[in-house]
Amino acid sequence: MSTQTYRPLYQRPKSLSPVRNSYCPGCHHGIIHRLLAELIDELQIQERSVIVAPVGCSVLAYNFFEIDAIQAAHGRAPAVATGIKRVHPEMVVITYQGDGDLAAIGTAEIVHAANRGERITTVFVNNANFGMTGGQMAPTTLIGQKTETTPEGRDPLRNGFPIRVAEMIASLTGPVYVARVAVYTPPLVAKARNSMKKALLAQIEGRGFGFVEILSTCPTNWGLTPVQATKWLEENMVPYYPLAEFVGGPQT
Amino acid sequence: MERVLMKGTEACAEAAIKAGCRYFFGYPITPQNEVASYMSKRMPEVGGVYLQGESELASINMVMGASAAGARAMTSSSSPGISLMQEGISYMVGCQLPGVIVNFVRGGPGLGGIGPAQSDYLQATKGGGHGDYNLVVLGPSSIQELVDLMKDAFEIADRYRNPVLILADGIIGQMMEAVQFKFEIDPTTLPDKTWALDGAKGRTKRLINSLDLVPERLEQHNWNLQAKFAQAAETELRWEEFLLDDAETVLVCFGTVARIAKKAIENARQKGIKVGMIRPISLWPFPQAPFQKFMAGAKRFLVVEMNAGQMLQDVRLAVCCQRPIRFSGKPGGTTFNPEMIEKLIWDLEEEGSK
Ligand SMILES: Cc1ncc(C[n+]2csc(CCOP(=O)(O)OP(=O)(O)O)c2C)c(N)n1
Ligand code: SF4
Repeated sequence: MSTQTYRPLYQRPKSLSPVRNSYCPGCHHGIIHRLLAELIDELQIQERSVIVAPVGCSVLAYNFFEIDAIQAAHGRAPAVATGIKRVHPEMVVITYQGDGDLAAIGTAEIVHAANRGERITTVFVNNANFGMTGGQMAPTTLIGQKTETTPEGRDPLRNGFPIRVAEMIASLTGPVYVARVAVYTPPLVAKARNSMKKALLAQIEGRGFGFVEILSTCPTNWGLTPVQATKWLEENMVPYYPLAEFVGGPQT
Repeated sequence: MERVLMKGTEACAEAAIKAGCRYFFGYPITPQNEVASYMSKRMPEVGGVYLQGESELASINMVMGASAAGARAMTSSSSPGISLMQEGISYMVGCQLPGVIVNFVRGGPGLGGIGPAQSDYLQATKGGGHGDYNLVVLGPSSIQELVDLMKDAFEIADRYRNPVLILADGIIGQMMEAVQFKFEIDPTTLPDKTWALDGAKGRTKRLINSLDLVPERLEQHNWNLQAKFAQAAETELRWEEFLLDDAETVLVCFGTVARIAKKAIENARQKGIKVGMIRPISLWPFPQAPFQKFMAGAKRFLVVEMNAGQMLQDVRLAVCCQRPIRFSGKPGGTTFNPEMIEKLIWDLEEEGSK
């Protein structure tokens, strides 16, 4: 009788905690968590990584990764990450932030960490609204998009225009990798994974700051089903927020 | 031991380094800019890091990160900058992270001015940021005392895993005095912090966090913090008793004002007035014991501060209506001289004999 060996094709990454997460059905935070955990395993950095959790729906990210973790004040994750990295340059320091956290209250902290070329990696989840507080307008909310605080739709005369954060970060000299990705189809997931890997490698190899913006759904606050939300993201967000490598891609 | 002539701000920076601090984060603000310039020179020499943050918000959060990573870290600022740091300080308390913050107080409110003041006393001693908490607050009245308290500050911060605040003022920062450094701590010899984030190698992951969505658990966390504050309130009391044995008029002053008051007290004593001073050094916890100790002989208290009457509130609690209290204040960045304080003493004396 021949001995048969089984190769697991799909299992929980070691760095993803065996707990139930707190995300709504259809929310892309969960996919992004899994990708990050897979990469921590693949790059064998579980024992020297630390995640800086934001304030937002992903505040509990500290419970979902099997790595050291700290919870920062709203928007301040890049400053906290800077402090950790300066003490332990050999560690891999990751901030995980939403678009309220990073693009509203924490704009100064992310811009200056990027500009200093801090050897940290930022995963930026852009879901075009403040998820945790009930779907208010974010700096990334699209023109005409209805939110809790733009009931008639975002009016640029009153609220300004949506910020393209990846492009803004890419305009700085400090960052060595900047990309925008999405995770709503399997090929896009593979691309996103690749970008996140590049951003982590930029840090691991001591080259500099890596930044990945990920377009993400918020079916709960958008008032859509998970499938409708994906469609809405593709039809509305992707045209305004082009998926691309802005710094550190093959062409640059 | 060698004595060196140093400016207060620079002595503060050197004392921090000698206390084992290797991480300084700050944002320039008068009157304490020399702390940063001194650190930017000295930190690289001792293998440390000086980093200019983009704001005081960033700076205190960098201190929080460095502290979470297990290092002795500090920042220094003046009043408007310290206001911006309150969020970070509250988070550090909630996360049980040590750290040292120095406030060279200037006149407020708002942008105020750059003259020396004591008008951040209440902010410093009653919490400052959101939530139920206290910091141990130490108020030096000379550069030598500032130097010595820097060492204590780092030790107290580590002992309680709570930030410590040094409440100095622009005069202490800007004047020069001969100082001695009686300590030199190599940070690599400090005990390991068993809670610090340094990578989950051969151990389970560690979490530093101030969030708890279960109110009952958050209540318990608060009681645990309160137990630390209660312990600190008993253990970290510091004060000076100056010519109190026969004192009928008891001055209560801290920091720079206490220094000026000493001269006034000496002058008045030479003219036969029985006057002395309680000088709180720990402003939180506030030393109540000397008030009871000298209450019997005291006929009146005189509180003098470079503000509109802030420590006065704590003195009222300590005196507890047992004696009259007179207050004289100077808010906004102006100071007393010994003659002004001596006049206050004489005025009280004359009123008392009427
Ligand atoms: C100083 C401060 N201001 C406001 C809040 C309330 N708050 C919590 S989460 C949040 C917005 C989070 O939105 P985002 O960063 O987009 O993350 P998401 O929840 O969408 O993932 C706000 C405003 C807070 N916690 N702290
Ligand atoms: S509220 Fe939105 S962002 Fe938050 S978990 Fe739910 S779907 Fe995700």
